[in-house]
Amino acid sequence: MQMPEPDRSVQDRAPEILRGLREILAGEAVIAGETELRAYECDGLTAYKALPMAVVLPSTTAEVAAVLRFCRSQGVKVVPRGAGTSLSGGTLPLVDGIILGLGKFKEILDVDFENRCAVVQPGVTNLAISQAVEHEGFYYAPDPSSQIACSIGGNVAENAGGVHCLKYGVTTNNLLGVEFVTMEGEVLRIGGKALDAEGYDLLGIVTGSEGLLGVITEVTVRLLRKPETARAVLIGFPSNEQAGDCVAKVIGAGIIPGGMEMMDKLAIRATEDFVHAGYPLDVEALLIVELDGPKAEVDYLIEKVTDIASACGAVYSRTSETEAERLTFWAGRKAAFPAIGRISPDYLCMDGTIPRHRLPEVLTRMAELSEKHGLRVANVFHAGDGNLHPLILYDANAPEELEKAEDFGADILRLCVEVGGVLTGEHGVGVEKRDLMPAMFSEEDLKQQQRVKCAFDPDGLLNPGKVFPLLHRCAELGRMHIHRGRMPFPDLPRF
Amino acid sequence: MSEEQASEAVAPILDAVRQAVAEAAPLEIVGAGTKRGIGRPVDATGRLDLTGLTGIDLYEPAELVLRAGAGTPLAEIEAAAAANRQQLSFEPPDFGPLYGGEAGRQTIGGVIACNLAGPRRVQAGAARDHFLGVDAVSGRGEVFKAGGRVVKNVTGYDLCKLLAGSHGTLAVMTRITVKVLPAPEKIRTVMVLGLSDEAAGAAMRAAMGSPYEVSGAAHLPTAIAGESPVDMVRDAGGAVTLIRVEGPGPSVEARAESLHAMLAEFGGTEELHSSRSMALWRHLRDAAVFAAETARPLWRVSLPPSTGAGFAARVAAAGPLRHCFDWAGGLVWLELPDEGDRAKASLVRAAAAEAGGHALLMRASPDLRAEAPAFHPPSLGRAALSARIKEAFDPCGILNPGRMYPKG
Repeated sequence: MQMPEPDRSVQDRAPEILRGLREILAGEAVIAGETELRAYECDGLTAYKALPMAVVLPSTTAEVAAVLRFCRSQGVKVVPRGAGTSLSGGTLPLVDGIILGLGKFKEILDVDFENRCAVVQPGVTNLAISQAVEHEGFYYAPDPSSQIACSIGGNVAENAGGVHCLKYGVTTNNLLGVEFVTMEGEVLRIGGKALDAEGYDLLGIVTGSEGLLGVITEVTVRLLRKPETARAVLIGFPSNEQAGDCVAKVIGAGIIPGGMEMMDKLAIRATEDFVHAGYPLDVEALLIVELDGPKAEVDYLIEKVTDIASACGAVYSRTSETEAERLTFWAGRKAAFPAIGRISPDYLCMDGTIPRHRLPEVLTRMAELSEKHGLRVANVFHAGDGNLHPLILYDANAPEELEKAEDFGADILRLCVEVGGVLTGEHGVGVEKRDLMPAMFSEEDLKQQQRVKCAFDPDGLLNPGKVFPLLHRCAELGRMHIHRGRMPFPDLPRF
Repeated sequence: MSEEQASEAVAPILDAVRQAVAEAAPLEIVGAGTKRGIGRPVDATGRLDLTGLTGIDLYEPAELVLRAGAGTPLAEIEAAAAANRQQLSFEPPDFGPLYGGEAGRQTIGGVIACNLAGPRRVQAGAARDHFLGVDAVSGRGEVFKAGGRVVKNVTGYDLCKLLAGSHGTLAVMTRITVKVLPAPEKIRTVMVLGLSDEAAGAAMRAAMGSPYEVSGAAHLPTAIAGESPVDMVRDAGGAVTLIRVEGPGPSVEARAESLHAMLAEFGGTEELHSSRSMALWRHLRDAAVFAAETARPLWRVSLPPSTGAGFAARVAAAGPLRHCFDWAGGLVWLELPDEGDRAKASLVRAAAAEAGGHALLMRASPDLRAEAPAFHPPSLGRAALSARIKEAFDPCGILNPGRMYPKG
């Protein structure tokens, strides 16, 4: 993975830069020892590692602003980091930059049930928000699988999803406001407790910007009342086509389940061996469909869903009768990644989204690719919204297997784009999919995105090397040759 | 995305923008023009009409996506969705009549550009939450796209969010992809009678905080309720608080019953079934009660829901007004008798800001919209960043200049 050429003049000034940082932050909040830095050398995408010049752990927004102002004045690159659970290398360090960790921002500042929102610091974990409000029957809806560990600030930066987002939306649909600090050290507050924000939707653009636009220092999230009940049904099919057809027919019938997950045979077997969730082993595809809401609705819709499933040729169907049983159904799905980890030394998790009706074709071609690259692939799939998680099985210790796995992954993602889908549904571009961006976007598309980056960070010091395959200087992107009365587009056909 | 928008459709738009850039001749971007009264008057020499960009070119109900030219009438999109028992869940309002225009003429581009949502905003989100992808021409005279045609996507910056609510000041959207969702089988509205603004706020918040999946919470003070097109509201003889539930039949019945029981502590309750409910919420969605007197200034104020009643009381103390609440108190409509009292604008604005929200002068004379101004003035930092974003899309300032802010 090619990262931006390190700036030697910055690296040479490392001692001086460290002194400057220590003037801003108390002793232990600046980490520079090699052993301690190792803890920050990678995130959830462990294939890539680098040691930053330093890690800083500020405790207040004012400190974040001071660090950013200082780094800007010194030309030092900054990589913001929450819990470090990114699966796309969003917080991969730069050797000529620092990591700005938000781990000390751990307070839940305000829980406001009247207005159904909570104001929290970015280092609070996703799950901790729901836990802090559950005594009143509320929760925060987006639920990425890493929710025990991942931080809400990181969720905002990556626009994290989860298994319930078909019905309840992803992070961007569940936020009301943020406070963030620009690379210039300016603190901006966007939104608040009102539903609609004023002016340009800065909250919308900062969400999912992968730490390239600003450092989030406070988040106001929407809280939802917990559904009265939830029941899940396990449905097995003799083919992936029939399972896909069932998903389409459920949605076609006007039902938006709380969750609708699909697993292929390899994934079913691996998870069943690991968790013993009671999954049927003689089916090609398994659906978990969860209905939540008022009891009357759930009972009514479960029946509709099972009827649709039988009409689609389901050979297995089991509805959860107790809460414990429902959780067992999910235990398998939620352990799918570690289960794959048991049958293969390493795996790469892909994250493309496709128009769902192309699923049979995509799975067939994925099997061909698996053959071509000589690596196995297991599929778990947020079936409701078409978000695929192919898990490519490989062995990092075998020569060139990582490269093979990456090539295989790139082929899968190009296939997703080819059928009308996208490179990433919820994990972000980061460094992992950066170089595939031209498969989906034209040069002009990418330049327009980078011009927005320039509006926030004209020197390109915030998290460079992520998202965009080619870094243009802002001055170059902004250039337009216009003279009054003279067409800048002489080759334009006239009408 | 391989499916490019037809170049013969986009070429005239691209040409017009490039020409405007070359001649430094700003353009007013219009669809059907039903919302030209929103925002500051535009300082433009030409007009770019998008009503030629029509047609739904992709609609896959089972994928929940629909894509159409920006100039496609919303009515056409809603009809296509309805034929598949689907809908745009953000419940786009039709404000044409607020400005003396006809109803039913607006385009999908206009709805998205203004990021307008109706009563279901409290449950389903705003227009921006349903806006999946866009093809556009920037103020640089370049074609670009963002987002995609699938419901779940985090690839690259979410430029759709910036364009939604940018009122045509950043780019000319030529094609729009939106999420469509199942339309409810059944609708019921539980009415609570005779509540004060304050008590109604508490009732609405209690309903929103319940597990009964409320999809609308509004309060009509006596004067406004008396003008409702729905007999049971009009004849109630006092203020009416409205709580809507939607969904499959058995579920709606069970939830309505639970809400009756829960809301009884606030006051007497009644219930409206599907057809009356539809008429009622459509009227509310369009703020139709304020369409009779189009010369009166009208404010649309977005606030933390719990502050709605206090805010309205504060403005009411300074003189007569007509007002009602949507979004459980988080949206306040205020109509003032006339424009004579210019200080009133500052009062509305200050009271909104103090409550933690902001006020849009939705309807006023061009003079007052420029002077007040129409959009809530941003903080210095926000203003500077917004200006840089405007420059990133439209460095020559040729797209709807002045619509949102004096320079943008």
